[in-house]
Amino acid sequence: MSQDTLFDKVWDLHKVSSLPGGSDQIFIGLHLIHEVTSPQAFGALKDKNLKVKFPERTVATVDHIVPTDNQSRPFKDNLAEQMIETLEKNCLEHKIRFFNIGSGNQGIVHVVAPELGLTQPGMSIACGDSHTSTHGAFGSIAFGIGTSQVRDVLATQTIAMNKLKVRQIWCDNKLSNGVYAKDLVLHIISKLGVKAGVGFAYEFSGPAIDELSMEERMTICNMSIEGGARCGYINPDEKTFSYIKNKLCAPKNEHWDKALTWWKSLKSNENSIYDDVIKLDASKVEPTVTWGITPGQSISINQQIPLLDDLAPNDKLVAKEAYEYMSFKPGQLIKDTPIDVCFIGSCTNGRISDLRVAAKVLKDKKVSKNVKAFVVPGSEKVATEAKQEGIDQIFKDSGFQWREPGCSMCLAMNSDKLIGNQVSASSSNRNFKGRQGSPSGRTLLMSPAMVAAAAINGKVSDVREFIN
Amino acid sequence: MRSKFTPPIGKISNINGQCISLIGNDIDTDRIIPARFLKCVNFDSLGEYVFEDDRKTLKGKHPFDLEENKNSSILVVNSNFGCGSSREHAPQALIRWGIKAILGESFADIFYSNCIAIGIPCFTLPKNSIEEIQKYCHNQFLFLEIDLKKSLAKSKYLNFNLEIKESSRKMFLSGEWDATATLLANTSLVEKKFKELPYIQFCNDN
Repeated sequence: MSQDTLFDKVWDLHKVSSLPGGSDQIFIGLHLIHEVTSPQAFGALKDKNLKVKFPERTVATVDHIVPTDNQSRPFKDNLAEQMIETLEKNCLEHKIRFFNIGSGNQGIVHVVAPELGLTQPGMSIACGDSHTSTHGAFGSIAFGIGTSQVRDVLATQTIAMNKLKVRQIWCDNKLSNGVYAKDLVLHIISKLGVKAGVGFAYEFSGPAIDELSMEERMTICNMSIEGGARCGYINPDEKTFSYIKNKLCAPKNEHWDKALTWWKSLKSNENSIYDDVIKLDASKVEPTVTWGITPGQSISINQQIPLLDDLAPNDKLVAKEAYEYMSFKPGQLIKDTPIDVCFIGSCTNGRISDLRVAAKVLKDKKVSKNVKAFVVPGSEKVATEAKQEGIDQIFKDSGFQWREPGCSMCLAMNSDKLIGNQVSASSSNRNFKGRQGSPSGRTLLMSPAMVAAAAINGKVSDVREFIN
Repeated sequence: MRSKFTPPIGKISNINGQCISLIGNDIDTDRIIPARFLKCVNFDSLGEYVFEDDRKTLKGKHPFDLEENKNSSILVVNSNFGCGSSREHAPQALIRWGIKAILGESFADIFYSNCIAIGIPCFTLPKNSIEEIQKYCHNQFLFLEIDLKKSLAKSKYLNFNLEIKESSRKMFLSGEWDATATLLANTSLVEKKFKELPYIQFCNDN
């Protein structure tokens, strides 16, 4: 059993009681909600005649269903309009802070909370969304929950949960040029598999992680769930503190000094005990692309799609399904695979640094005429910043469509969808069958820089050929 | 799909029913219920859309469309079932179709807690036992009697020990699997905890 890790410290701090059978009641310091997984929870509160216990500890925004072309109200899609209206009504009724479209702070919930300074070290954070693990980048422990648990957090500010084990993933050296946090996390998932993290929190540490910016760290923690881990975190350091400083909801004045002292005490001790430790060399990671239907099915840009014989027995069943669905032949190179759609955005890679990197690749270049390319900033703040830096213009000049903030084609709940069996190069997090809105659509996950390179060439390309 | 859905309440100690086998590893919640069906403010209509895209692709040959499975209530799956999105819509769709319990090699964490929260016990069995059950289901009807007290599944021909988290097993047997009441009972402890947390003191009301 793990001891003295950040996870242990933060879990123990938030433990309210031990429940029968061995689970714990955990206080949730920050609860984030959005329009998709909250309406039924508010409905259940009403049915049970319950109130929101600590409305000031819940914050809302709208992201999954928002259109990215025309956001004027009412939305063209009646169901989407109904969902945003329900959220507006619930927030008003229960006095919950809501960052709506046009507030300047709307966006994907996992982009918005950190940029507001809501996400802080040492917190327990929950949201009805599996990518809540993102917030672990700040040294908080953050979990995705379902709607019944959203109801529980609203009613009690707590959830019942079994304590997770802790696996340290130690990343030595540093990433090489043209290789990004997305490549590293895809690499980790391909090495460990998509279910290795079940029952675990992942602690990402080591020199390669220390080297990453806060936004890159969010990319890593965001995809913990794709490795099966409901929670992923990184010990906070000076980068964490300076990112938070002066943000809207950051501690101020004398509170800042107190917060800093406390935050510094949270990191895993040098002699912490982990349930498992994995070490890898980050300098060996290359630009990485998924070829299959799970985020674990990825290879380096110059590798071939694996042969069935080269795979572990347990991976063969899904591999066969993937060859067929993706229309790939075992042994085929992933490089030069023709692309129909390029999507840059999502809670994984829709932040300003992601847009900067992609814009650098796109500057003075044109998107291939066979490709539909669009970029969806992660938040209104990201969009504003990009406009101030002229990044929106670089995208537009290259042939990318510049859209309004939201989750968009990461999960295709709005009108941004693949058509038929189109192939997309996507900076998002899931390449599941049908994920991007067409039951036969095909998704190749990669870094935003790699998406930009694919957009220019109209096929999967090595971004290092553009930047070196 | 059953005509009328009644959610489970109270103690769950025995589940008897016909098995329906769904073969495949890493079946994610997008496949269980595609995202376009999440555009709803209640779960009522989800049952008919469970596995919608997979079913359409298989044109009537998906296990959830086969005539012989239409009264099944025990789903038998392989490893990492329910991975991906945290959408509770996935188990809500399954329970509305008629699933009352799931046996599998392994389950994704969030899916598992969502199932427990709405009253679907999920049991794990070794790979070879699951494969044996699935093989059996392929050839004939398999009715299982699940006993949560003993963590056993038995039929006329097969007997299996089931594994389930002790916390979940106890919650089902006591009828306290709908956690809200249990959590509410500790309100004074929750209020105490709230006051103790360092960052509650740091927060700015701006």
